[in-house]
Amino acid sequence: MAVEQNLKIELGKQGVFVTTIEELYNWGRRSSVWPMQFGLACCAIEMIATTMARYDMARFGAEVFRPSPRQADLMIISGTVTKKMAPQVVRLYNQMAEPKYVIAMGACAISGGPFKQGYNVLKGIDRYIPVDVHIPGCPPRPEALLQAFITLQKKIDGQSLTGEDRPRHLDANAACEFPVPVQGDHDLEPPANRLVWPLPARKQGQGAGD
Amino acid sequence: MKTVEEIKTAILAAVPGADVEVIPNPSPSAQPSLLLDPAHAVAVATFLRDDAELALDFLSNVTGVDWLDREVVEKVKVTRQVEKAVDGPEPNQVQMVTETVEETRKHLEPGHLEAVYHLYSIKKKHGPVVLRMRTVNRKDQVELPSFTPVWRSAEFQEREIFDLYGIVFTGHPDLRRLLMWPEFKDHPMRKDYVEPDDFEYEPTAHDKVLERAKAHQSAVGGQNPTEAAR
Repeated sequence: MAVEQNLKIELGKQGVFVTTIEELYNWGRRSSVWPMQFGLACCAIEMIATTMARYDMARFGAEVFRPSPRQADLMIISGTVTKKMAPQVVRLYNQMAEPKYVIAMGACAISGGPFKQGYNVLKGIDRYIPVDVHIPGCPPRPEALLQAFITLQKKIDGQSLTGEDRPRHLDANAACEFPVPVQGDHDLEPPANRLVWPLPARKQGQGAGD
Repeated sequence: MKTVEEIKTAILAAVPGADVEVIPNPSPSAQPSLLLDPAHAVAVATFLRDDAELALDFLSNVTGVDWLDREVVEKVKVTRQVEKAVDGPEPNQVQMVTETVEETRKHLEPGHLEAVYHLYSIKKKHGPVVLRMRTVNRKDQVELPSFTPVWRSAEFQEREIFDLYGIVFTGHPDLRRLLMWPEFKDHPMRKDYVEPDDFEYEPTAHDKVLERAKAHQSAVGGQNPTEAAR
């Protein structure tokens, strides 16, 4: 149950702090999203710049890049995902503990980018894992990554802990592990996870998990 | 530096039995190359590296070329005997006449795979010398001798050619795929490579991509996926 904003301010003036479990919980979640320390291509350079003093991602509670997927909350797909690398990216995502989020950074990560028609590049990582925020750009500027991060924080803030749209880690039936594609004779098998990436024609009224 | 013809003469003097052909290059770059026979190629390469005057100690670049089977049409002048009606006092008088006729002939030139090596000399500051080697065909006889024992820098580039073109370099110390995964069966840079058909969602399709995307669009009930997603 949400507290009325004006009432909250009035109570605050009297020295009474009112909140809900949901608000407190989401505030905690969004204020310490630790990204995983891994970069795939040139977008990683912009990601590194974002963490440095000029842009200072620490302002948003995301300064601690963890080298282990077990300690990370956010996976920033920073760059081209080749078909040779894709199984490892999905495996790393599976190894992250819930709650976990994904930002697909740059043209390559969201669609394959300039390499889309190539034989060796995945046409977007959202074919295998659910992506929360897509950033276009080649590469996106640090401001764009910060914008994506703020968008993710707003998304976390807006989640309710019960009901249909509750986060995945509070839903016992939701999938938190995604099948790792196998490197086959001619292509990755399967070429896409249809549960995560349904064909756009069938996407209507279904929601693609994002 | 010696010209290509002079290098060819030097090779033939140093490596008996070697078969070297000069391939001219009429383009503005004007870099003629030397086509080596695979049987003597390593001996020739060792000579080029160790020769005091050439001293080609640096292999800068190795690349592959895929030449498909091609039909060659050429016009040949043929001389033959033709019967011809000749004007004369008697009607229908026939005389044998020798005539030169232009005839078009077609023949199939078999395809092959080619490896191209660019050599420079750091010591003498000259180059490039371009070497070529050709396989017998594109299917089963695709072996070429490896130059890795002569120039170490060939190692990864020959692995890449093996990966993308399918040329098998005999004598290579570690011939594995370099870019694609080991289970991969195709050779993507070959001209007859069929890429995987994953054109089911193309938001900004055009030209060839649009053609391939259309097959999928009709499969989902004639709907344009982009329209349906809105």
